[in-house]
Amino acid sequence: MADQPLLACRAVSKAFGAVQALHRVDFEVRAGEVMALAGDNGAGKSTLIKGIAGIYTFDEGQILMEGRPIHIHSPRDSAAAGIEVVYQDLALADNLDVVANMFLGREKTRLGRVLDESSMEHETQQTLESLSVTTLRSVRQTVTGLSGGQRQAVAVAKSVMWNSRVVILDEPTAALGVAQTRQVLDLVRRLTERDLAVVLISHNLHDIFEVADRITVLRLGQNVGVFQTAQTTQQEVVQAIAAGTLSRVPGMVDADGPDDATEPTQTGATE
Amino acid sequence: MSTGQETEIAAVSAAVPEEALPAGQPAEDAPINSVAEYLRRWWQRVRAGDLGSLPIVLGLVVIVLVFGSLDDTFYTERNFTNLLVQMAPFATIAIGVVFVLLLGEIDLSVAYVSAVGGVTMTLLLRPGDPGWPWWAAVAVALVATTAIGLLQGLVVTKAGVPSFVVTLAGLLIWNGVVLLLTTRYSTSGTIRIQDPTVRGIANNFLGDFWGWVVGVVSVVGYAISQIRTSRTRRARGLDAKPLPIIAFQVIGLAVVAAAVISFANRDRGIPISSLMLLVLLVFWTFVASRLRFGRHVYAVGGNAEAARRAGINVDRIRIFVFMISGFMAGLGGVMFASRLRSVATNTGGGNLLLSVIAAAVIGGTSLFGGTGRVVSALLGTLVIASIANGMGLLNLEQAVQFIITGLVLLAAVLLDAVSKHRRAGLGLT
Repeated sequence: MADQPLLACRAVSKAFGAVQALHRVDFEVRAGEVMALAGDNGAGKSTLIKGIAGIYTFDEGQILMEGRPIHIHSPRDSAAAGIEVVYQDLALADNLDVVANMFLGREKTRLGRVLDESSMEHETQQTLESLSVTTLRSVRQTVTGLSGGQRQAVAVAKSVMWNSRVVILDEPTAALGVAQTRQVLDLVRRLTERDLAVVLISHNLHDIFEVADRITVLRLGQNVGVFQTAQTTQQEVVQAIAAGTLSRVPGMVDADGPDDATEPTQTGATE
Repeated sequence: MSTGQETEIAAVSAAVPEEALPAGQPAEDAPINSVAEYLRRWWQRVRAGDLGSLPIVLGLVVIVLVFGSLDDTFYTERNFTNLLVQMAPFATIAIGVVFVLLLGEIDLSVAYVSAVGGVTMTLLLRPGDPGWPWWAAVAVALVATTAIGLLQGLVVTKAGVPSFVVTLAGLLIWNGVVLLLTTRYSTSGTIRIQDPTVRGIANNFLGDFWGWVVGVVSVVGYAISQIRTSRTRRARGLDAKPLPIIAFQVIGLAVVAAAVISFANRDRGIPISSLMLLVLLVFWTFVASRLRFGRHVYAVGGNAEAARRAGINVDRIRIFVFMISGFMAGLGGVMFASRLRSVATNTGGGNLLLSVIAAAVIGGTSLFGGTGRVVSALLGTLVIASIANGMGLLNLEQAVQFIITGLVLLAAVLLDAVSKHRRAGLGLT
């Protein structure tokens, strides 16, 4: 495994008015690795992801791609850097077919503006095949008729089609049954074989322990620690999520000041 | 000629029982390209709630049969060409409405915006005052109505006011503007159009020969585009429409076009306005289904948030669509003015607004956004115009006409709601 992380956030913070959603959070993911992002509701998972995706701009801190700082101010910047996010709601247009959804906003055209349907359909089929997504009956059926797992597969396939290097999956299995969860997790593993960096946000520790290589735990907008999945237990992670030690006590925002300890106390758990 | 579009679909639906029987059709190399497979999939889509134009075409057949049996003059050549002339402006405005409905928005101002277009053109044409040439007057009228669309679109998107309210205000404002202009520049409230070209739009007809030329060009053009699409798809190893199906559709279209043209030619011929409508339908269908812009319109109507995240400039799409609505309304207004050879204080009034919105919905465009086709403007207008025409021949009072048209609209909306439920609930597989 390459030592340099593909994507890294260094000491990023974000406040919404008086609420400090993120406080000097560090996060990283390497190519070919699944990094899980765990934490309770309000831990700052979504805020962190949305900052990386360009929906919010971090108040401070740096985002590094292969060690070089990049500036992300809009979803376009994020996509240009090779970062794709699959949100929980999947952002699929139900009234359009699979091909149209895969190419939404990036349609292939001939003569400038005319849709090149056959080449888009061809590429859709190839991408789905390469990811071993075989459950779709036709790429020309509308998304309305797809099952939850099929929709998730389409959304994931869509995210990898664009030479993306980092794929962020937000609760991909939250609404799925057992068999479909299985399929989606297999798909997540297959992404790493393409040397993609995968970030998996999940509440489900079973899923996390099944596919993740490492786990970053956030609590109340701060780092608790990073765990190697192979060297930790679910109990340990639950403990971190629910009661991990924080560097800074929430509610004492101003008294504390920004001059408190820079490193979360449990980073020792990292390696 | 405009009916050619509609009947092409009729031909497809009619093809089902007949084509399904000869199972001995030579199977294509891949089973997926075979006729049977094609029809099976079509039927699967219908069962899943994707009814397409099926109900409306069946409804039209029923309407034509009913009025034909009730009144002898319904089937006459004269009545047929009248119907074609009457419906062209309605269908033109309805095309713009289809685009707005595809977004899940509404434009209640189209009727009076169309009147603004007609009145603007008429005023500019008044001999000697200022006596503009027809093309300049029409161009300015269209620019004006497109600008109205732009304005309304800007308020909807930038101020975040629901289009229902913005265009309701527009309805009142443009009604006022029409009254202001027509009463100011005439004492009687009616301004006549003298320009022969403008009067000709809705009152001139193609000669027999040119009628046939239009028919041949349409059929050949349709055949070429279908075969080319099928070829490219086959070349890439994709599912393609089987050739027998294409042949059947082309022949069906040719038969219907020939019937329409020869029937119209026995009277005055194909109206110029029908030719315009045909061109508009082909053009806007191309925009909606083949251009990136059209794809984005559907995406915004289906899931605006997904479209936004995909990098589509949702506001820009919305504004463009309101501009299309204004442009098509203006064009419809010009055609209306041409048909009546004048504009008056009541131009744009009556049930014009409700007719065009009803036409789009009856034609199969969903009020929920994201589903529908440009051709539904034509199909819906055909239904409404046929009912109005037939009931007019039967001398039914207007009250009855309203009630029946209302019931048809209700049926169409119920069908939309039910099929949407079915699509969402059943899905495929």
